[in-house]
Amino acid sequence: MKILVAVKRVIDYNVQIRVKEDGSGIVTDNVKMSTNPPDDNAIEEAVKIKEAGKATEVVAISVGEEKAQETVRKALAVGADRGILVKAEGTVEPLAVSKILQKIVEKEKPDLVFMGKQAIDDDCNQTGQMLAALLNWPQATFASKIEIKEKSLEVIREIDEGLETIEVNMPAIVTCDLRLNEPRYASLPNIMKAKKKPIEQINASDLGVDTKPRIDQIKVEEPPKRKAGIKVASVEELVQKLKNEAKVI
Amino acid sequence: MSRETMEYDVVIVGGGPSGLSAAIKLKQLDPNLNVCLLEKASEIGAHILSGNVFETRALDELLPNWRELNSPIQTKVSKEKFLFLGKTKSLSWPTWLLPAVQQNHKNYIISLANLCRWLAEQAEALGVEIFPGFPASEILYRDDGSVKGVATQDMGIDKEGNKKDSFEPGIDLLGKVTVFAEGCRGHLGKQLIKKFELDKGKDPQQYGIGFKEIWEIDQKNHEEGLVMHTAGWPLDNNTYGGSFMYHAENKQIFLGYVIGLDYKNPHLSPFDEFQRFKTHPAIKKIIEGGKRISYGARALIEGGFQSLPQMFMPGALLVGCDAGTLNMPKIKGSHTAMKSGIIAAESIHEHIKFNKNLSIFEDKFKNSWLYDELFKARNVKPSFSWGLILGIIFTGIDQILFRGKLPFTLRHKHADHETLKNANEMPKIEYPKPDNIITFDKTSSVYLTGTNHAENQPVHLQLKDPGLPINYTLEKFDEPAQRYCPAGVYEVQKENDVNKFVINSQNCIHCKTCDIKEPSQNITWVTPEGGGGPKYGNM
Repeated sequence: MKILVAVKRVIDYNVQIRVKEDGSGIVTDNVKMSTNPPDDNAIEEAVKIKEAGKATEVVAISVGEEKAQETVRKALAVGADRGILVKAEGTVEPLAVSKILQKIVEKEKPDLVFMGKQAIDDDCNQTGQMLAALLNWPQATFASKIEIKEKSLEVIREIDEGLETIEVNMPAIVTCDLRLNEPRYASLPNIMKAKKKPIEQINASDLGVDTKPRIDQIKVEEPPKRKAGIKVASVEELVQKLKNEAKVI
Repeated sequence: MSRETMEYDVVIVGGGPSGLSAAIKLKQLDPNLNVCLLEKASEIGAHILSGNVFETRALDELLPNWRELNSPIQTKVSKEKFLFLGKTKSLSWPTWLLPAVQQNHKNYIISLANLCRWLAEQAEALGVEIFPGFPASEILYRDDGSVKGVATQDMGIDKEGNKKDSFEPGIDLLGKVTVFAEGCRGHLGKQLIKKFELDKGKDPQQYGIGFKEIWEIDQKNHEEGLVMHTAGWPLDNNTYGGSFMYHAENKQIFLGYVIGLDYKNPHLSPFDEFQRFKTHPAIKKIIEGGKRISYGARALIEGGFQSLPQMFMPGALLVGCDAGTLNMPKIKGSHTAMKSGIIAAESIHEHIKFNKNLSIFEDKFKNSWLYDELFKARNVKPSFSWGLILGIIFTGIDQILFRGKLPFTLRHKHADHETLKNANEMPKIEYPKPDNIITFDKTSSVYLTGTNHAENQPVHLQLKDPGLPINYTLEKFDEPAQRYCPAGVYEVQKENDVNKFVINSQNCIHCKTCDIKEPSQNITWVTPEGGGGPKYGNM
């Protein structure tokens, strides 16, 4: 069984995001970039499945600029066998990414495609679902537990009401929640080994996918500043304020 | 449990200007040398903080074609100012009356973090293996006592020291020579200085704490290339310090403050002095209407020539600010750190190739411009122990008339942790509340540093005596850690009328001030899990 895992290069979650002065976007110069956190969970799960003898190959793929190679390399350092980088300049929207992934799936023929439930930069939460539609495969989103059965998967999903358990047939798309597992550290020797693992580079245009954005981004603004809180003297006062001022109870 | 071992010709600890220069020079001298470089930050540059007005002398030697290599050295110094600040007034000092070492017209305003990122690219292109996110936590010795290498930190240890599921053991990295380039007050460098008595016969080391903020300011107040320094207010005549303001590219200014850690009043809060400084009319008018986009702080090493330890020992070299090569009157340490790295590489090359003793480092150092520079600068910092005014007068005589060649050497008498007076003998200082426009509190400042440490790991700020802060330091010095820490790591909290010393180690921005200034040397800074600490951008 082969698992394809999609990983995205995003601004590190610890970095303070700064909006460009003219509102045209956010500042990305000199900013620390990392793997999208739930994508780390996706890689970890795939590697665990391989270590349990239930998969034979884990392939990591990223779509983006040349530097996204680092993100693929990181996936190789924690256990993926080989990598693919599909090069595309500028913003690549979820639809374009799913079309690219569709082409790669047709070529690689994996049994499972894993990815994070959403990326922390655009918070779209669309790529997995769109890919499922394009391939006409079943999907299991927001997975917090995955059990491999003979020809199907039992997946526990994190949903608003609690947990939902579903079974999907393979091949399938799974998008991973942060609760799925605790990603491992890349060890020094594995980072060294990862440097020797192959990364195939493909241009998005060679796949026949048009990555031109379909969405016009009009403006990016900082969220309004939070007002300073106040201290209340008693529970009564708090309840009174919540009732009459905040009008939330 | 035995750990995995990796062998190299040279292991370098620290990806700052000295370590990276050593790495590049080694590969230039012999491309076949196996060189690896460890960095505790999540990426090269993320723990680098510096003014920085850069003198290119060492870089000109290391990479003479740097101008063609798309380097981040772009903004030439175009204008200089020096101000003496009174409480509301300022007096401009003519720049022609500044000692030559403080004239910057040939220098550049840069981000040292970006320079390091670029140096790392050059090093990697030459084949240096760079491992960010891997702190060297332990020195390894051979049976004959010489340094054999370092061990990287174990990852995935919980608060109590137990292994988590994600546990990943550290690796032994062995080198024919290990280069320690951790920067000011490196925690391994400190151990080496002690073990090999490298500071024998030297004066106690002197440190300062430096703050830096990056502001994006109004175009009309911005003069790209302008370098401005101030002395005076808000510090009194007896406290050593001053400010810098460098107008960089993209309407940004690098605004900072440095205070000598030999200050005496335990009530002094370096952070609040810096914040207060920004309210001076001469400063406020420049940053008003602008926005603070970055904050950071780092200890710097100021002892210079008199305090410089021996930099070679069996199996290892100590370079850059880990030893203390900063030139204080020049307010520069990057070019000197780089030069020390270059000399280290040349010494190591001869050591490995021609079997020469590592002590050749000393001869090479003494014959270099680095030695000459540090020698001439040696009397400036100690003269300020007489106060700002006498210090300036003496520095004028020493640097302008005698160009550092006076036939005597002033001594540093005390280590910084010895200088605090009792809290009840010293005046309390009332600092104004932050207005969140020009001045800020520590919490919102640390927020900008992107600092994070994985939760559930051992506290990396270790107390030799856990009871001492409350039983002794609080009473005698009003626990100055609450004030000298620029990140609000240390707090004294009252719980049911009992005082409790709290260490918020997750806020630590790795400046090392506590390790230096704690009056009983009760706090030891050790490496937290790899990748922890600040995530500085163009600091």
